[in-house]
Amino acid sequence: MSTTLDTIKEQIENNPILLYMKGNPQMPQCGFSSQAVQALMACEEKFAFVNILDNPDIRAELPKYANWPTFPQLWVKGELVGGCDIIIEMYQSGELKKLISEAAAS
Amino acid sequence: MSVQATIESKLTDQLSPLVISVENESHKHSRGENSHFKLTVVSEVFAGLRPVQRHQKVYGVLGDELESGVHALAIHAYTPEEWQSRGGEVPASPNCLGGSKHDK
Repeated sequence: MSTTLDTIKEQIENNPILLYMKGNPQMPQCGFSSQAVQALMACEEKFAFVNILDNPDIRAELPKYANWPTFPQLWVKGELVGGCDIIIEMYQSGELKKLISEAAAS
Repeated sequence: MSVQATIESKLTDQLSPLVISVENESHKHSRGENSHFKLTVVSEVFAGLRPVQRHQKVYGVLGDELESGVHALAIHAYTPEEWQSRGGEVPASPNCLGGSKHDK
């Protein structure tokens, strides 16, 4: 039987652009997740998401694995990029689109 | 000492900030009066660190607070040079969309 940590590692490994968020992109359940997903959608590439409100085990385990206490969390090519503030700042500076386009192309 | 004052004093002690602002934004959310804070920290310690590492530094200082009731931090971490080039401006935080009703 696989553990929650195995599940998390598998998700991060298999999805080059992955957002852990509260709610889903159509109906975010938190202002920070909403801002993050809007910035990500504006990059116009496919991405995966996990609704942590539906996955309490992941919600409990991921912060320890990530050394990051809150959600949302954006992971690109196996690395934590950051939460809402970082995503927004990178979006505004144009870095996010570059990072996401590169990840989608690879 | 209030949670806000504790956060400010810990960050001041451990990051030697040139500018620090701790704003209680809990009224914008639904988790009680000491749940959400917006931090602006300008410090040399952030030089050479990626954004994610800067935030991890702040989270490292405030581990106890995050364990005991502080739900989320909006973190704006800059080096003195970056702060100057931004003209001292910080993005606004979003309002709550009610996700805590999912928590039993």
